[in-house]
Amino acid sequence: MLDHPAPKGFLSRYVFSLDHKVIGIQYIVGAIVMGLVAAYLALLIRTQLAWSGAIQQPEDYLAIVTMHGTLMVFFVVSPLLSGLGNYLIPLHIGARDMAYPLLNMLSFWIYVLASVIMLASFLMPGGAAAGGWTAYPPLSGSESFLPGSGWGQTLWILGMALFITSFTMGGLNFLTTILNMRTKGMTLFRMPLTVWGFLVATVLALLAFPPLTAAALMLLFDRHGGTSFFMVDAVINDQLIAMGDGTPLLFQHLFWFLGHPEVYVIVLPCICLLFEVLAAFTRRPAFGYRPSIYALLCVGLLSMIVWGHHMFVTGMNPWVGKYFSIATVIITAPFAVIGVNLVASVWRARLRLATPMLFALATISAIGFGGVGGLFLGTMTSDIYFHDTYFVVGHFHLMIGTVTMLSIMAAIYFWFPKMFGKMMSEKLGKLHFWLTAPSMMAVFILMHMQGLGGMVRRTYDTSVYTYNEGANSSLTTPITILAMIAVGAQAIFLWNFFYSAFKGQPSGRNPWEASTLEWEAPSPPPHGNFGDELPIVHRGPYEYSPEGVDQDVLPQAAPDPDVASTDTEIPE
Amino acid sequence: MTETVESPTAPDPKPYQWNNGSGPGGGALLLIAFFLIGTITVIAGFMAGWRPPAASEEGQGIDETITYLLVSTGVIVLVGHAVLCWFLLKGGGTSEYRRPSAKTEWLFGLIPVILMLAISEAGVLIVSGPVWDSLFVEKPVNPVRVEVIGKQFEWIVRYPGKDGIFGKFALKWVHGVDNPAGLDDTDDNALDDVLNGKVLVVPVGRPVVVSLRSHDVIHSFFVPDFRVKQDLLPGYTTEIKFTPTRTGKFEIACAELCGLGHYNMRGEVHVLPQEEYDTWIRSQTGHFGG
Repeated sequence: MLDHPAPKGFLSRYVFSLDHKVIGIQYIVGAIVMGLVAAYLALLIRTQLAWSGAIQQPEDYLAIVTMHGTLMVFFVVSPLLSGLGNYLIPLHIGARDMAYPLLNMLSFWIYVLASVIMLASFLMPGGAAAGGWTAYPPLSGSESFLPGSGWGQTLWILGMALFITSFTMGGLNFLTTILNMRTKGMTLFRMPLTVWGFLVATVLALLAFPPLTAAALMLLFDRHGGTSFFMVDAVINDQLIAMGDGTPLLFQHLFWFLGHPEVYVIVLPCICLLFEVLAAFTRRPAFGYRPSIYALLCVGLLSMIVWGHHMFVTGMNPWVGKYFSIATVIITAPFAVIGVNLVASVWRARLRLATPMLFALATISAIGFGGVGGLFLGTMTSDIYFHDTYFVVGHFHLMIGTVTMLSIMAAIYFWFPKMFGKMMSEKLGKLHFWLTAPSMMAVFILMHMQGLGGMVRRTYDTSVYTYNEGANSSLTTPITILAMIAVGAQAIFLWNFFYSAFKGQPSGRNPWEASTLEWEAPSPPPHGNFGDELPIVHRGPYEYSPEGVDQDVLPQAAPDPDVASTDTEIPE
Repeated sequence: MTETVESPTAPDPKPYQWNNGSGPGGGALLLIAFFLIGTITVIAGFMAGWRPPAASEEGQGIDETITYLLVSTGVIVLVGHAVLCWFLLKGGGTSEYRRPSAKTEWLFGLIPVILMLAISEAGVLIVSGPVWDSLFVEKPVNPVRVEVIGKQFEWIVRYPGKDGIFGKFALKWVHGVDNPAGLDDTDDNALDDVLNGKVLVVPVGRPVVVSLRSHDVIHSFFVPDFRVKQDLLPGYTTEIKFTPTRTGKFEIACAELCGLGHYNMRGEVHVLPQEEYDTWIRSQTGHFGG
């Protein structure tokens, strides 16, 4: 049984809880709060672009852009996945809790502390950090270049360092739990693909984050300790300011050594959990379970060695650039396997088009558009043109904004009954879907078109350039209006989430008639998850429509039926 | 969060049940319409020529890559969506179902791998490679050499002057309008160097090699009509090459966030016929009168 006893008081149950389920929900709620801030910032950006001459000054605009990006990547999407992973991993693999419950609790509260420090950046003299979410020095290294590069940037660095600490704690927990705490019969190749997604993502995160920590600390020393890792002598207002003889490119290498795998850290679990949703709502096994896993491992491996495609125009050696381009576009191959398997999972479906399924199908479409957009940026010469334009903005928002958000929505609607024992309203869910998915995809695909027109990102006022007149500018206001619809529609989700958590229709143990272990536990699962006996796993995760058995689904924990074995294990 | 913790054996109260009678219904058709209309609109939109027409040889090469990718990925996206919609429309009906064999699953893994490797690596090596080489590897023939300096928030253009040699410079000599480029006024080669505000004047039809350096932070020299972009790194000198194919005025944008005035760091390239360029450059006097 569990090391830690069932909580007694309110504090130990809901606030400083050691229970992975509570911590998971805490993460999700925390990320929703930060998401509201970041979405508000997004609307401020779009307002400035569509109706410039509004109240913002350039310093406000750049701070808003920077904080929007930082919050969304590190304080919204990442913790949403920490939340889902925390909630799902032990339930999926038949464990009673995470491997290190105390570390788990600390990880969440350090995330809260990091969020507070990051938001406090807005209160500093000079305003919040404004050098972009990438924080390239020298711009981010001295307030003589940019007001936001004063204390605002220092708090940004501290907030990031704390976030990385929290994420590393969570990652260690995920990895140890997945490798060591699987229940009897849960071999690696019987794990649900969601768990595989988290496993690969966690390994990537643990390998990739330390260089960013190093870069952040070096930047901190450059700013406050008189070092010059990244800083170079500069002339400001005719004054030569001695800053040293550093290498600005070093920061970019360190940043993207993390930055590129980080994209996969947040995208891979989102893509993998789609298989799970698809299987439950098509009543068919996920197509190509093993090929998908090998493709996943290839994507993970390749993602670590292609960071230089963010730097084609920095003046790198052209042969290095060529290597990075050749290696980058190889990723499309394993990714295409996953894409084909997602589509093929819908083959001969007995379709149940509930809200989670709608979100999952739209995510496949977003992966398609986002994925091919990557080819334009990974191919070295077209990237010369597209680098730092709205094409890039549209592309990464499609992948780590739209794909992640739509997929996480699918996950929340799917596992909400397990979390709260209640159903979310289907009517509101569908309304939420139809307002969110088309508008979100339209926003970012239209940004690709502005990028095709050469419009440069991070610009306070795009009308300075005459080449933006006409096609480029004509899209700006429609994008803003669509973005408002996409953000506004989340009010429906919030109402549905919090109202249903208390007043929703009781869900029962397994409302979607799904096959994996978490549905064996009561909804919501009690302390220790599974009662006295842990479930024993008899087969792979997606035994829907099993052959030769007169049953719709064979759950992982159900004993073998009388008929011949239905194990899907592929003969070696 | 609900307080009720069910005992594992208690029956669920009024549990939710999937209504098997309702089927996918109109939702599937709506989704199919969304996917198909959306995809076709997007592809048509991308094909509609959003770019300003390329005005450099290298730009035409880059455009070929973009066109290649638009066509090949357009087909992939369209086919993918069509198949997905077909699956959604057709459905599977009964619970009678034969699983795809492991062989089928691996085959469906192999096909996309081969297809995507062919499409993407052909794009990089065959379509994109020669343009990349002409930009960064091959030595340009009879080029015009200029220097563009980036500072918050303007461009300074320097020509080597009559001697054809750029003089020495250092940041410590930078001083207002007297010496905006930080030239060494004791260096004979620097005396005749020509400075020209924010306007880069070049002849048509000849390769132009631009050396780039920055006085403060990272900037990025971007001429959308030429399709070329190159970062300016403080402490380093970088280079970009382009060969204008038609005369006219084109805009220089700063593409890398460089501070509050980033959005306003506009410059111009004026492409002149060779004779006009020759006349213009001869009429220029050195910044130090040399």
